[in-house]
Amino acid sequence: MIVVKDLYKKFGNLEVLKGINCHIREQEVVCVIGPSGSGKSTFLRCLNRLEEPTSGEIIIDNIPVTGEKTNINLIRQEVGMVFQRFNLFPHLTALENIMLAPMKVRKKSKKEAMEIAEELLAKVGLTEKRNAYPEQLSGGQQQRVAIARALAMKPKVMLFDEPTSALDPEVVGEVLNVMKTLAKEGMTMVVVTHEMGFAREVGDRVIFMDDGCFLEEGTPDEIFNNAKYDRTRAFLSKIL
Amino acid sequence: MRWDFIAEILPKLFRASILTLELTVAGISIGIVIGLITSLMRISGIKIFSAAAKVYVDFFRGTPLLVQIAIIHYALPVIFHYVPVAIVSGVIALGINSGAYVAEIFRAGIQSIDKGQMEAARSLGMTWGQAMRYIILPQAFKVSIPPLGNEFIALLKDSSLVSIIAVEELMTTGRLIMGKTPLVAEIWFSVAMLYLIMTSTIAVFVNYVERRLQIGDSSQRSI
Repeated sequence: MIVVKDLYKKFGNLEVLKGINCHIREQEVVCVIGPSGSGKSTFLRCLNRLEEPTSGEIIIDNIPVTGEKTNINLIRQEVGMVFQRFNLFPHLTALENIMLAPMKVRKKSKKEAMEIAEELLAKVGLTEKRNAYPEQLSGGQQQRVAIARALAMKPKVMLFDEPTSALDPEVVGEVLNVMKTLAKEGMTMVVVTHEMGFAREVGDRVIFMDDGCFLEEGTPDEIFNNAKYDRTRAFLSKIL
Repeated sequence: MRWDFIAEILPKLFRASILTLELTVAGISIGIVIGLITSLMRISGIKIFSAAAKVYVDFFRGTPLLVQIAIIHYALPVIFHYVPVAIVSGVIALGINSGAYVAEIFRAGIQSIDKGQMEAARSLGMTWGQAMRYIILPQAFKVSIPPLGNEFIALLKDSSLVSIIAVEELMTTGRLIMGKTPLVAEIWFSVAMLYLIMTSTIAVFVNYVERRLQIGDSSQRSI
């Protein structure tokens, strides 16, 4: 589903990604962990080109993401993204937040878009908040609406950029539950996270990223219980 | 004070005030259209557009409006061989001048919107234009309302400068009356009061719009 070859990203002289290679299969849930500044978010943001890769190749669903001729808007329609800080549209209600992209990008009728939005709000358990504005919602509720907004485009892949890092501890669970449901339904997911419990339980594969490289990857058991590298073990011992 | 004289000239000044208002509304309307286009050019990231926008803004903010009016009404007709109409020249000058200020107001408004909004919109597959239209501009416009109100008021006062090309708005009318009478104080205090009434009315109106828009997206609405 996602193929990444020799991905490099520099910000000025600072090399953030130093030659990433990976292959993510359909329906796979990949969790990317690692210390802050290791390039996890940059890697994720390169996948839908919110960051422009310096060099390398990314292919999603057999379509090259990188390259001059690519219409990036078409690829982004298939790649949903959930942000650390939710980034809901504050001037629109929960329902309108979800309806907007299907209407304007997928050219659905208002009625169709509303059906999609109602269904997704029910799925994330927020039907009764349909007419609430983002500022009237808790962080956990906002993030669930943001997930629903991304899902409304019926993407083939979902990218999660530390989706629970800005949340109060007591609402982290409700967001993770929505993500677990998605994983069970077979969504292809790339999740940058500090939630080791989630990575262990839901991840098919865990990637430990350090200093711009994929230092080590494997099943949750391999990474959490039998890490090969000292760096990985040191990181995990600090965080677990 | 000769109150009877004031009562006598007031209807005339009042009619002239209406022209002042019309000039200002026409000017700010043109200014908003030009300002919107200019601000988008400025932030487009396309060098030639942003450079052109910057030259325009710098020129019209960096030279006196009085000179701009003179250029439009006296200089350009000489170069391009046409007969200028005072009121048209006046509206164009006010419009182009306020466009430069409005462009900066919109630019500040757009840049005050969190970067995450554009990213979220783009990540959903929206084009830059769609993201601007549906996500960024509605929010930017709202934060721009108070400075736009100030610009409206400033322009109303500046519209008195078109009196140099003999548009018969409030200032010119005051001057014309002054030519026929020694009661100078009565005239100019009346003119000042009429400007003050207009600017305060606009201020109240802008306040009202601002409050309405705040209610529009906050806790006032039921959940």
